[in-house]
Amino acid sequence: MSEPLSTTAAVKPLLEIKNLQVGFQTQNGLVPAVNGIDITLMPGQTLAIVGESGSGKSTTAHAIINLLPGSGRITGGEVLFEGRDLTRLNEKQLEEVRGRMIGFVPQDPMANLNPVWSIGFQVEEAIRANGIATGKEVKQHAIRVLKEAGLADADKRLRQFPHQFSGGMRQRVLIGMGLSSRPKLLIADEPTSALDVTVQRVILDHLATLTREIGTAVLFITHDLGLAAERAEQLVVMYKGKVVESGPSREILENPIHPYTQRLVAAAPSLASRRIQSSQKNLTDLGYSAPRAAAGLDLVEAAEARAGKQAATTTAGGPAIKVDALTKIYKIRGAKRDARDFKAVDDVSFTVERGTTMALVGESGSGKSTVAKLLLRLEDASSGTIAIGGQDTATLRGRALLDLRRTMQPVFQDPYGSLDPLRNIGNTIAEPLQVHRVGDRASRRSRVDELLDQVALPSALATRYPNELSGGQRQRVAIARALALKPEIVILDEAVSALDVLVQAQILRLLADLQAELGLTYLFITHDLAVVRVIADHVCVMQRGKIVESSTVDKVFDNPQQDYTRELLNAIPGANLKLGV
Amino acid sequence: MTGYIFRRILQAIPVFLGTTFLIYFMVFAMPGDPIVALFGDKTPNPAVVAQLRAQYHLDQPFIVQYLIYLGGIFRGDFGLSFSGEPVTAILARTFPVTARLAILALLFETFFGILVGLVSGLRKGKLFDASSLAVSLILISLPIFVIAFVGQYVFGVWLGWARTTVSSGAPLQDLVLPALVLASVSFAQIVRLTRASVIETSGLDFVRTAYSKGLSSRRVIPVHILRNSLIPVVTYLATDFGVLLVGATITEGIFNVPGVGNTLYQAIIRGEGPTVVSFVTVMVLIYLVVNILVDLFYGLLDPRIRYVK
Repeated sequence: MSEPLSTTAAVKPLLEIKNLQVGFQTQNGLVPAVNGIDITLMPGQTLAIVGESGSGKSTTAHAIINLLPGSGRITGGEVLFEGRDLTRLNEKQLEEVRGRMIGFVPQDPMANLNPVWSIGFQVEEAIRANGIATGKEVKQHAIRVLKEAGLADADKRLRQFPHQFSGGMRQRVLIGMGLSSRPKLLIADEPTSALDVTVQRVILDHLATLTREIGTAVLFITHDLGLAAERAEQLVVMYKGKVVESGPSREILENPIHPYTQRLVAAAPSLASRRIQSSQKNLTDLGYSAPRAAAGLDLVEAAEARAGKQAATTTAGGPAIKVDALTKIYKIRGAKRDARDFKAVDDVSFTVERGTTMALVGESGSGKSTVAKLLLRLEDASSGTIAIGGQDTATLRGRALLDLRRTMQPVFQDPYGSLDPLRNIGNTIAEPLQVHRVGDRASRRSRVDELLDQVALPSALATRYPNELSGGQRQRVAIARALALKPEIVILDEAVSALDVLVQAQILRLLADLQAELGLTYLFITHDLAVVRVIADHVCVMQRGKIVESSTVDKVFDNPQQDYTRELLNAIPGANLKLGV
Repeated sequence: MTGYIFRRILQAIPVFLGTTFLIYFMVFAMPGDPIVALFGDKTPNPAVVAQLRAQYHLDQPFIVQYLIYLGGIFRGDFGLSFSGEPVTAILARTFPVTARLAILALLFETFFGILVGLVSGLRKGKLFDASSLAVSLILISLPIFVIAFVGQYVFGVWLGWARTTVSSGAPLQDLVLPALVLASVSFAQIVRLTRASVIETSGLDFVRTAYSKGLSSRRVIPVHILRNSLIPVVTYLATDFGVLLVGATITEGIFNVPGVGNTLYQAIIRGEGPTVVSFVTVMVLIYLVVNILVDLFYGLLDPRIRYVK
């Protein structure tokens, strides 16, 4: 599948994966995860493997250095590193390759440092194991690699432990560790997917500079097509354990051949928000059209359709949500003299008109989810008022609070955690109806069918259980449950963040359709500005509990007023890509 | 840190008062008159009985007796046993024996338990793992007196490697067999705890990262897998040490070890209130101290706990 990439005859590939097959031993026999893939990486080059969860991209990364988890085994093919087949090496030989020749930067910075050893200890042991330095030089070298990785005060922080570092700092430590032996190849497995976008950008910029200086080739693994295209010259798209398309990034983005890649390109929010921006100039003049195979998934199309329907609906009556000077203070527990207050939400005011979507955007810890909890009356505000449909909610008790809940329903981030695994789908959706004593058994059942139909799930699903459903299906169920009581307002707290891009696109589309159909008001809470562009009418940008910018989507994207907003926008992967659309 | 220790000691005070009061009350409520029982079949002389009652404050109301006793404890006076020997002297004689036995048992169970558990965890599902699981299950299921009698018979009578009962002075070589018996149940628990913990830790991301740095298994296993796996094991060991220190009544009884557990048992049989209460009070104290030490020890093992204020 991958042809030799624009090589001068003299240069030999650094890494050549030939017909690699990996399987996992289960009770039902060997389950293949990677089905004969070919990848070629030249020295000093950056290549990205893109695919959704379960596509086999991380398994490929682990197979290269033979660190497959649990029952995983390489069942066929070759991994040639500088002409040597890594799959045939014994453990001793592999130890020499790992770290020294191939560095590895793992996915989750929180879980990849040993919590009981200091940072210095963990970096130093890598340096010592690879024979890079001995004696006192080890410490000096450790400080040097950590400084290179962007930890300016590395010498002071060597004795600290991982839990005293933020996620971004830990990822810098892991990058420093991965590059400490100046390897020829660095495998970066979703190195920033657990981090905020602005941190992601800084870290990837740094990684790019560093690897260019050292001359290290990078095998970059990600689920984000925009990110991959921005960071790598070469792209490999994986789907169900196979390579479906590979070649130069630009070419793939501009002219995706395989239907799956076409759908990915159309569905990637980061790219879509980019295209919307250019589309406002003039979509047809630029000759853009959604790839045919992507019909129904294209986010640009979805956003335009939504905007059209929005314009048609009337926004009569007062605002659906009016929040005024909302503040939430948490007491931090600690020794008496250290006791202090933490303002999670600080003087926040905004209004959401009926039938529109307000996006609340911010990084982790900005207070956006706390706002959702306060709105839902899951927690009480320290001060300020919340009016839903003109009624102040702070004083509601008992019956009246139940009525409020009926008009306002939440959908949460994790579709795996928000459904009760012991209840079947039908009962899950019908539960709010039971709680609020709506209708009888028969009418509830028909309402469940109706709701399943609304979220485009077959009614046969009513008797199934959450573990039998995919992530996207579960999130549809969560939405159906939220709609059961015919609410006016739906609060979506990171409702699409845990989903793969294609599923994310489908859910976004579904949300848009439901809004047009039922006249719903959405409060859409997310850290992902790219998604905001396709779903929201208004945006509030939150930073450290305060709203720093509030405006319509177009204004925020085209003419951001605050540095922080600009930073967030620039951090959307693919922001610097020139798309040929 | 000192503030933390101080707070822990303050918390221990009500626990100490509550437990001693409860024990004192229960001994008080025991049926039968201990003074009369002292005379056996003979008819007691009322004058002597009255004198003994006054000597042991048995003629006072319950709460006064308790307060007198409590006052004595703070002066380091635990009262007299019925044989007229100070309880502190009995403690001084028996406690070192129990301590020796406890330390020996702890060494056995720690060393063998962690070793077998580690190998089992690393070879999950293999023959060694399966057999060690089976053996530990048997040890957990058997009552300790069965293990003690089997041990006594096999090593003492059959093979003749050890004495069946401990000779006077409780020399170390005589304590090996009872220590092994005492260690057997905890050994089985430690094997299972270590095994489960090692399996869990081996699957964690930072272990893969350690290998990806180019480390060998000879380094990754002790430094990254074992160290992290030991946190729950050490908790168990520390509380188990507390249990061992306060004496193993059954095992000490079977092997005739002149330790705390055996002496306490005899005192209960004889209804010797002061001895029972004093022994249990000392046990409560030991338990409280061991528990505080365990909590401090956590911090040493896990820096995340160390730095929490």
